[in-house]
Amino acid sequence: MNRKIHPLQTLLFLFLHHTALLARPIFIFYQSVSASLILFSTHLQIDWQSKNSGYLMSSRLLGVEGDGQGNASLLSMESRFQENPGLTERNYLGLSDCSSVDSSTVSSISEVNKNSLNLRATELRLGLPGSQSPERDPESSLTSFDNLDEKPLFPMLPSKDGLCSSSPKIVVSGNKRVFSDTVDSYSEIKGLSEGNWMFGASGAESDASKSLGQVKFSSNSNVNGMISSGGQIMTIKGTASKMPQERPHPICGTNLNNVNSSNPPAAKAQLVGWPPVRSFRKNILATSSKNSDEVDGKPGPGALFVKVSMDGAPYLRKVDLRGYATYQELSSALEKMFTCFTIGQCGSQGAPGKESLSESKLRDLLHSSEYVLTYEDKDGDWMLVGDVPWDMFISSCKRLKIMKGADAIGLAPRAMEKSKNRK
Amino acid sequence: MVYSLPEEVLEHVFSFITLDKDRNAVSLVCKSWYEIERWCRRRIFVGNCYAVSPSIMTRRFPEVRSVELKGKPHFADFNLVPEGWGGFACPWISEMSRAYPWLEEIRLKRMVVTDESLELISTSFKNFKVLVLSSCEGFSTDGLAAIAANCRNLRKLDLRESEVMDLSGHWLSHFPNTCTSLESLNIACLGSEVSFSALERLVGRSPNLKILRLNRAVPLEKLSTLLCRAPQLVELGTGAYSSGIRSDVYSSLSKAFLGCKELKGLSGFWDVDPSYLLAFYSVCSRLTSLNLSYATIRSPDITKVISQCPNLQRLWVLDHVEDSGLNAVALSCKDLRELRVFPSDPYIADANVTLTEQGLVSVSEGCPKLQSVLYFCRQMSNSALITIARNRPNLICFRLCVIEPRAPDYLTLEPLDVGFGAIVEHCKELRRLSLSGLLTDRVFEYIGRHAKRLEMLSIAFAGNSDLGLHHVLSGCDGLRKLEIRDCPFGDKALLANVAKLETMRSLWMSSCAVSYGACKFLSQKMPMLNVEVIDENGSLDSRFDSCPVEKLYIYRTVAGPRSDMPGYIRTIDRDRVNTIS
Repeated sequence: MNRKIHPLQTLLFLFLHHTALLARPIFIFYQSVSASLILFSTHLQIDWQSKNSGYLMSSRLLGVEGDGQGNASLLSMESRFQENPGLTERNYLGLSDCSSVDSSTVSSISEVNKNSLNLRATELRLGLPGSQSPERDPESSLTSFDNLDEKPLFPMLPSKDGLCSSSPKIVVSGNKRVFSDTVDSYSEIKGLSEGNWMFGASGAESDASKSLGQVKFSSNSNVNGMISSGGQIMTIKGTASKMPQERPHPICGTNLNNVNSSNPPAAKAQLVGWPPVRSFRKNILATSSKNSDEVDGKPGPGALFVKVSMDGAPYLRKVDLRGYATYQELSSALEKMFTCFTIGQCGSQGAPGKESLSESKLRDLLHSSEYVLTYEDKDGDWMLVGDVPWDMFISSCKRLKIMKGADAIGLAPRAMEKSKNRK
Repeated sequence: MVYSLPEEVLEHVFSFITLDKDRNAVSLVCKSWYEIERWCRRRIFVGNCYAVSPSIMTRRFPEVRSVELKGKPHFADFNLVPEGWGGFACPWISEMSRAYPWLEEIRLKRMVVTDESLELISTSFKNFKVLVLSSCEGFSTDGLAAIAANCRNLRKLDLRESEVMDLSGHWLSHFPNTCTSLESLNIACLGSEVSFSALERLVGRSPNLKILRLNRAVPLEKLSTLLCRAPQLVELGTGAYSSGIRSDVYSSLSKAFLGCKELKGLSGFWDVDPSYLLAFYSVCSRLTSLNLSYATIRSPDITKVISQCPNLQRLWVLDHVEDSGLNAVALSCKDLRELRVFPSDPYIADANVTLTEQGLVSVSEGCPKLQSVLYFCRQMSNSALITIARNRPNLICFRLCVIEPRAPDYLTLEPLDVGFGAIVEHCKELRRLSLSGLLTDRVFEYIGRHAKRLEMLSIAFAGNSDLGLHHVLSGCDGLRKLEIRDCPFGDKALLANVAKLETMRSLWMSSCAVSYGACKFLSQKMPMLNVEVIDENGSLDSRFDSCPVEKLYIYRTVAGPRSDMPGYIRTIDRDRVNTIS
């Protein structure tokens, strides 16, 4: 194909060649960018408004990339990251709560590209010692979930064998706790408390709102899963424009806790609906590999999806029970998933653009213990969650329901009886 | 003077024309042909249940015997479409119960069906014969009981992959003793046990039963009983395929399989115990279809089975088959038309099976009739794709899923543009394509240029800019369904190809960069489109024009905006758009 090559692109290409040895993945990225630049300048038949800004954008992205100490590898996995502790993380779609983009600047479409340049500020960062994080707008950062650990939304029956501990500091997946410890010491990244954990577990179908790659914080400060958000540079341009949102929304989703009490990196960040495998296949594989004799040493293979409904919520969610190892984790995940609805109830009267929910008001609502978590077991009976050992629960739970406390009153005695009969 | 054939003759002639496209062409010839054709059309296919309303259908075609409807977008299979989106079968079934008393067949895909609708079906249509519910939901075994009890001439009850609320297994006993017409029964998706004696009796009194797909709860010990009752079976789906150590199970099973001289298709195989695999060896030489995609057996066992099946045309397996198994396929199964390889463990980073691109390359070399491929793997290279394309220019459906999003060619670390480009260039009859891996706008340029017959395209995590989408929309002449997720496509390509959208059935875009303002504009310009914006977390009322939409579903329709949407979906109302501006 004959193409007129812009001289700048030749230079770029040569430059890239030399850097190839240093960072092959970056090279690939650059090459593809330069390829698209070529396309831009020679093949356009349409009057692209942002032709120039597109070029600008990609070169600025290059600039941003360059800052990353070689972490811009879209492609290579954990090994790279183990060398670079001071990483910048990218949620590959950008978060609505990356609120350092001033929410009052509502950019028009043509300015989207320029706004997207403020990528630095929108990066999610690990709260690692020594890392610097951008100032976060505390208002538009989501309501702090710091204190949610103290009292679960769904008070569950104390389990007979004490499995369901009310202590928040369970060290099952060291990930979560470790991170929140470090978070506390960085006030400027307050927004990065659990509320900002993006959940992409394929179980949470409706959460494809952001359909994000999850950011998984491992206790070894290896950044694993974010790479499924690899290549996000390409999409940040588009998704940065998603940021202005008038209402604070907790990012709803299930908590990804790929529990692996032995070391990672087996688990990855999970995207909703990816890979495109139907849910009935996932469940089947899960239970059949349970039956096989292989001992893998990794946590429950496959996934076990059950529907979760909530009184008053307009639609159902699905959660993967294998993603959790204790009632506590499940409870927190469900809290986050369904706080969308409770907040929605409070906040819908507010004027757009106004942060209508104060932190204390939210806390009150969540801690009012109005809701109770119940499940339907194999026999079709509705039981209160928390009654039986976790494993037994997983194997017998068919669906979950978050009921109003009043409705669930009758369940407690039956639950007691049933568990007595089991024993 | 114009001589025309009498109506009856024309009707008779038209009865030989079965394809919808041809029927539509016939109806355009002249008014009288339109009239005649509409009175004698017996089959209707509605690819998008919101593209037309039930009353429009019944008004135009009064004598229909078979209706097929599809509801939710394809990405609903992967949890991308929120619950409550729609696809309700109820209005259709009510209208049909009123207008088509002689209706015989209903086929629904990805729709929400209630027990009431099932009851209505069972009581409204005296000659009801075929019910297929594919990936449907919303009903329970009570609805099935109604169908079983009331449909006297039921021939086919197929619940493929539907989500059924399993209240009890007793619904099967509702088939009356007089019901002997059953030809096909697929209950593989049901979780709970059905009453086995009822099943046995039902099978025993159905001499025409050709297709029987059991659910997992039917134990292996009982399978031989059923097979002995139905040696005429053509397709069988087993239940759980393992049992305690009981030698008589094995021997009775092999004997039963020996008796099934017509058996051509096998599926099921949950919880496989490899030692029982030999039991159906006698059937292998006749097998044309084998579905082992629930069987977590290892490659050597799979290879042993496959090498016994020279007439295999369709093979569905897990990636446990590995490259070695696929090499065996390439050697033994020269008649293979369709191959699907599913991932056994899609969520871990490192595969513990050695299934690579090589497996697919060998099959493409060894199987000259291969037309349809669905392949999940963890690495792919441009050279492999080019080889596959050159080997198999007769591919019609090519769906490749490299599990890691944006994974490049693992050998050169380049994007997979050239590889997929070769696929579309060589496979001129390609109708369906799913992309994955690292892809830039270049691949879309190739697709736009070469894939002229392409009807359905699925894109995820690909592209750099709107140019990519523009290539597809402007180049792919036959494109009907386009589904996109997580790509940096914005407004420009859409707005530059507005007319194209009316020639397509539907367009789905989620997690892209299309703005709310563009949706409004589209809606204004194109009255024949429904532009539906889905936003679960935000308030649709307070959106600014520049806000990107979460999910967007655009489809052509003659029925206007639909009225059954949940709150988080909005069809952009044209009138409102005009007044607000």
